[in-house]
Amino acid sequence: MSAPEKVPALPRAADLGLIGCHVCRLVCREAPDDDGGMECPRCGSALHRRKPASYTRTWALLLAAFMMYVPANLLPIMRTASLNDVDDNTILSGVKELWVNGSGDLAVIVFVASIMVPMLKFLVLGTLLISSQRRTDWAQLQRAKLYRLVEFIGYWSMLDVFVVALLSALVRFNVLSRVEPLPGVIFFGLTVVLTMLASMSFDPRLIWDSRDSDD
Amino acid sequence: MSTTSPEALQICEECDTVHRRRAMTHGEVGKCACCGATLEHYHSLDPNTMLALVLTAFVVFIQANLWPIVTLGLNGRQSSTTLWGAIIAMWQEQAQVIAVIAAATLFFFPLVKMLSIGWLLWFARQHRCAPGFVPIMVTLHYIGPWTMSEVFVLGALVAIVKAKVYFDVMADPGIYAYAVLTVLITIFARVDMRELWNMRMKESV
Repeated sequence: MSAPEKVPALPRAADLGLIGCHVCRLVCREAPDDDGGMECPRCGSALHRRKPASYTRTWALLLAAFMMYVPANLLPIMRTASLNDVDDNTILSGVKELWVNGSGDLAVIVFVASIMVPMLKFLVLGTLLISSQRRTDWAQLQRAKLYRLVEFIGYWSMLDVFVVALLSALVRFNVLSRVEPLPGVIFFGLTVVLTMLASMSFDPRLIWDSRDSDD
Repeated sequence: MSTTSPEALQICEECDTVHRRRAMTHGEVGKCACCGATLEHYHSLDPNTMLALVLTAFVVFIQANLWPIVTLGLNGRQSSTTLWGAIIAMWQEQAQVIAVIAAATLFFFPLVKMLSIGWLLWFARQHRCAPGFVPIMVTLHYIGPWTMSEVFVLGALVAIVKAKVYFDVMADPGIYAYAVLTVLITIFARVDMRELWNMRMKESV
């Protein structure tokens, strides 16, 4: 036990031989005689000290999300066609259009939801993964807060996807004016789903696991 | 420590710190002393009040899905859509993935969530454990983060503003139903349904 002085000595479940059920939060005693599998007596879910293979899964999902993120931003997400011109919009050009047309406030909201939030998720989850794998006790409280932030804001990125869906359904005036979704929106939707899965598979308890570096 | 029963303890989900449960007073929020995560809210989970709210949300949800959301006008022609109109449009325009995501997060998951919460509370108000309690509670836990009605409301707002440049835009009743639904969802978000696990514990002993 080489706990740093500044951290108050609060007992952790893993040290006491306790496991909190991920699903119903029941406090269970670890039963080590079982070969591998333990079940929550209340809800029947599998009990794990930490989410299984958290690093591997989170890295895999995060990388997959990033691979989707590149075409999501480069490819157009929506086509606006009218009598005399066809205009393909990317996420960024959609933000610009809102800004130019005088809806600065909405432009900021869409910019934050569609561009800043996904980038923030990549940066934050990447930082959390690397720092936790190195078992550093650097800025633990701030990292815990960052994780909570990412979990909270993650699904708002779906905003642009819903905008494209609504406009495609609404703007259907045959040759006069039409809006169609383009492949970029599919990549973007998948990016959001994959980053959500990535942040769910990361176990925030790993942030604090440097405290008991032995075993 | 060995004398403490597991029911008197709770474990922080985010940092694994073990806390002793204590009685909470009105409006109090239990925070983890180590990482600051919320451990539990005090709420007098009154099943009758909650059930009334769920029923309201259910009625509003049906209206939000049946009524058109917005109508666009161009040279005397009109075009309007509902949520399902948008989902079907995405399916027909080679964006089936998006159609599935939208149908799940805006229709099926919210619907399942409301129906199951309603079901559980209907029995909870009679101090009984609902049939299928465990699988329903586990399902609720997993679909929790995947309901996105409030994002859709903001999306409708952005779509309206974008369309306003080229078309005449009229807001339809559906958008108001969605606005009310968002308020109800925000109220619900403050209630931790996992309290029901503890209610069940008391009965089964």
